[in-house]
Amino acid sequence: MSDLVLKGKAIKLGDNISTDDIIPGRFAHLRSNLPELAKHVLEDTMPEFASRARTLSAAGEGKAILVAGKNLGLGSSREHAPVVIKMSGVGAILAKSAARIFFRNAINQGLPILLCDTDKIGDGDELEINLTDGMIANLTSGITLSCSKMPPIMSAILKEGGLIPYIQKHKDLKL
Amino acid sequence: MGKTLAEKILSLKSHGEAKAGDVMIADVDLAFVQDTTGPLTIRQFKESSFEALAKPQQTIIFLDHAAPSPAQQLSNDHILLRRFAEEIGCCIYEVGEGICHQLVAENFANPGDVIVGADSHTVTAGALGAFATGMGSSDVAVALALGKTWFRVPESFLIELNGVFPQGVYAKDLILYLIGQIGADGANYKALEFSGKALAQMTMSQRLTIANMAVEAGAKVGLFPADKITRDFLKEYGRGDKYKPLSPDAGANYERVMPVNLDRLEPMLSLPHAVDNVRPVTQVKGVKIQQAFIGTCTNGRLEDLAVAAEILKEQKRHPRTRLLIAPASRQVLIRAIEKGYIQSLIEAGAIILPPGCTACLGLHQGVLGDGEVCLSTANRNFKGRMGNSEAMIYLASPATAAASAIRGEITDPREFM
Repeated sequence: MSDLVLKGKAIKLGDNISTDDIIPGRFAHLRSNLPELAKHVLEDTMPEFASRARTLSAAGEGKAILVAGKNLGLGSSREHAPVVIKMSGVGAILAKSAARIFFRNAINQGLPILLCDTDKIGDGDELEINLTDGMIANLTSGITLSCSKMPPIMSAILKEGGLIPYIQKHKDLKL
Repeated sequence: MGKTLAEKILSLKSHGEAKAGDVMIADVDLAFVQDTTGPLTIRQFKESSFEALAKPQQTIIFLDHAAPSPAQQLSNDHILLRRFAEEIGCCIYEVGEGICHQLVAENFANPGDVIVGADSHTVTAGALGAFATGMGSSDVAVALALGKTWFRVPESFLIELNGVFPQGVYAKDLILYLIGQIGADGANYKALEFSGKALAQMTMSQRLTIANMAVEAGAKVGLFPADKITRDFLKEYGRGDKYKPLSPDAGANYERVMPVNLDRLEPMLSLPHAVDNVRPVTQVKGVKIQQAFIGTCTNGRLEDLAVAAEILKEQKRHPRTRLLIAPASRQVLIRAIEKGYIQSLIEAGAIILPPGCTACLGLHQGVLGDGEVCLSTANRNFKGRMGNSEAMIYLASPATAAASAIRGEITDPREFM
């Protein structure tokens, strides 16, 4: 991951977005066809999500930033959930809180996920995320938000762009 | 200072002192994948340029989620998994053998083990005193190759269970009650540790039901101590030599202590579309159901089928309610046949599904229609879970599901006792 400062626009979702919301079980047959699976990301929750995320990232004015409430990604261990979110053009995830496995999966996919008070972010707000110090500037409202810190091993995995690039480089886990 | 169960196991497996909040690297005793997470795990394994497994005998592939496969893409995923198992030399449990978590309990999990599985209900094995937790495909791929993983040592909640279950009340009602109290994210990143006088009478089947749903409160693990019941279970399944007693130290530090008196519990339900949306059955009675589903890694064991068969014996399912039964493993099915439970269930109008996950995750064998209501003994009722986001899922015990199948509406099982 090379960008330490990430600019983008918020797409706002609510609380308790489950992995079944992100990828409903009825699409399990597409799990080995990730581009096809990505077309259905969050389709029961926000049908326009995939097209909004794609349009934002194609416009070249930064990326889509998925902003959720509490307990984002509860449920299954399917890593396909952060995979398809990333494939749809999302550059980072912000949430009030996130389920343990989803949080770790996002980092392992090199998709920044930060925990902060997302009540202070509205749909469409322009955000600037500094991944080095975990500070978020809401350029629309002028408010600055700070995020909770993650363990050094997680920061290192994120810095390498995910767990697999990290392992390719280090050949081992290092605390 | 004394250690919690989580700290004890992780200290042992990290060859050091593990305290809540520490980040450490632990040896992994067993790593597994299933057929919906396995293909991505293999992809990550190969992309990392790994060529061998750290512990081939303790690496398992389970074909249980789409079993038998309903679609060509899933059949091709099964081929990929079989080929990998053959090339790399790990164990594979074929379609029809049963659900990964049940097979891990029957064949692999031991007290003090660290188990990682690419499935969130890996926590089930906590019933045997194993630090067992679900992870994504990348983490499991690395654990397969290196034989270790990293953890943040969780803080623990102590759940003190006293009293005995009243008639018609089961382990499922207890864990639903607890999740209602804790909330779906109330134990996020924490360990739930079960203790108290009630454990002396709590069977392994009940413990597995409870540990299975720890993740529905956000927990990383749901841990039981290893005691006489654990020893007897291991003996029954041919690995009595793997038993070692395991309990937390006196003076261990718990973030929260929750006493529960089982005498005061009643049959409970989770209402759509959240597991922590919990009410007593008495408050929800009368809701019409089109499908009752008894099975899954939560409630597909012999004791569960026994309870259902007892209620459904010489009864008939309601003409407008389908009744699906899915034994958690081949062994459960064989024993249920020997005991006559399957005969009673079929005579009552049940459909017996093959051992596996079946209707639980919505890709085959019992997908719901628009506006339909299912009373399920599974662990999740999220919108879309059973294949249709326009359907509604209530979660309850096998007894409540059986009683409700007879009436065609949500029914208090105590009315049949």
